Amino acid sequence: MQYFIQVVVDGVATGAIYGALALAIVLVNRATGLINFAQGAMAVMSTFVAFGLIRAGVPLLLAAVVAIVFAFALGAFLERVVVRRFEGGDPDSAVVVTIGLLVLLGGISALFFGYEPQPFPSFFPLGTINIFGVFVSLRSVGTIVILLVAMVLLQVLFRSTKLGLAMRAVADNPRSSALSGLPVSRLLMVGWGLAAALGAIAGLLVAPQLFISPGMLDFALVYALAAAILGGLDSPVGAVVSAAFIGVVEGLAGAYIDFIGDDLKIAVPFAVMIFILVLRPQGLFGRKVVVRV
Amino acid sequence: MSLLELENITASYGHAQALHGVSLSLPAGGAVGILGANGAGKTTTLRAISGMVKTTGRILFEGKDISGLSPDRVARLGIAHVPEGRGSLPQLSVRDNLLVGAYQRRDRKQIAEDIEYCLDLFPNLRERIKSNAAALSGGEQQMLAVARAVMAKPRVMLLDEASLGLAPSTSRRVYEAILRLRREAQLSMIVVEQNAVLAFSVVDHATVLETGKVALTGDKAELMGMDAVRRAYLGG
Repeated sequence: MQYFIQVVVDGVATGAIYGALALAIVLVNRATGLINFAQGAMAVMSTFVAFGLIRAGVPLLLAAVVAIVFAFALGAFLERVVVRRFEGGDPDSAVVVTIGLLVLLGGISALFFGYEPQPFPSFFPLGTINIFGVFVSLRSVGTIVILLVAMVLLQVLFRSTKLGLAMRAVADNPRSSALSGLPVSRLLMVGWGLAAALGAIAGLLVAPQLFISPGMLDFALVYALAAAILGGLDSPVGAVVSAAFIGVVEGLAGAYIDFIGDDLKIAVPFAVMIFILVLRPQGLFGRKVVVRV
Repeated sequence: MSLLELENITASYGHAQALHGVSLSLPAGGAVGILGANGAGKTTTLRAISGMVKTTGRILFEGKDISGLSPDRVARLGIAHVPEGRGSLPQLSVRDNLLVGAYQRRDRKQIAEDIEYCLDLFPNLRERIKSNAAALSGGEQQMLAVARAVMAKPRVMLLDEASLGLAPSTSRRVYEAILRLRREAQLSMIVVEQNAVLAFSVVDHATVLETGKVALTGDKAELMGMDAVRRAYLGG
């Protein structure tokens, strides 16, 4: 039982990382209707900013804050300068553009810091805490708490603030929103900036565990996309719950099903995902898109 | 002085020129109709005012040239455009659509009162306040589009074919509400319509466009008295 709970908690913590990235994907999708494949590469680049600062002697927390601010600026900049030209056009071209960004940003990170994985300091002390007789690492607990806070803040932003309402309106119909006086271009930049900042948080949380390298989040991005789609693409809560679910299923399958082990376990969440999407194409938490014809 | 004045406006979509020197004047508190066949340039005239197409010529709002401004800036000046095809925000609830309309306002209490006013104006919307706009009927979506424009507290409302695709009784209800708005909210309006009977229920003056040029202009009685107008737009 003890082992089972540890596997579950570690799974949730791993899922929390996917979840942060999935939240960023959901945010961009809600703000611009696009899926940003460069979300992971943007997060890694921002994490590298923190890495460079720490190497130069800046304290860890300050470096993290600077990296998150950098990420916001990077997201807003990329939207304004690159992605803007493809919004409202063919969604396929926009997707290809974000894949191009993924390759480009990874290359830029490598240019400055190389491809070798390098150690990154952790925000949480080593060690465990005892929760009802189960020992759980502080890192897992801390990661989960930070992600939950981010999720709640996002939900509040979208549901209860004027900015959130405006972002939802622009995602729904930018031309019509402009006719109500919404500053569409600025709102799109804010959407991308917030998403990138969230991605940076994911990068900072996972870097101590995975070691930092340009490809650090490649796998996580695939899981995050899976979580976002499973959650319904427009639901922050759905993305996080699905990400935790994926983390746990992956962990349990690896731990308990002998022939799966560490090699095949990445396939299990996808098998489950395909099964669920067949039954519920709009995802677990997504609203059906209603169109009257 | 005119509240809104178009001076010799031309507009084009790519190489196709849609307006060839249209001039039009909307007095404060007035309502002007734009009549004409399909492709005459009615919608383009409204789009030109809202900054949705490239134009030459001058567009004066309260004496200031607003040509070349982006649609959101034109809207923030107090010109609310109810576009052809309604342009609601389909995945947002009726209430959220109305709140988006009030986006630039800070007077919370007054916003709540204005939502009540809109729901009073269009009682259908009250029953659907929590539904997504996509789930509304065509008539309800048109009502929502008008109500969203009202929520901005504009000086001028631009109405594009509010009767398009609606049953005659629904069109009449929409236009009754528009007339009420004109009286109660002191809104100045430019009303684009193919259905001249509906347009004349609201406007005092009208301009008839033909292939991007002004063919006729005059007050309601004058135009309704002309044989050509009666034959073309009033069904004999």
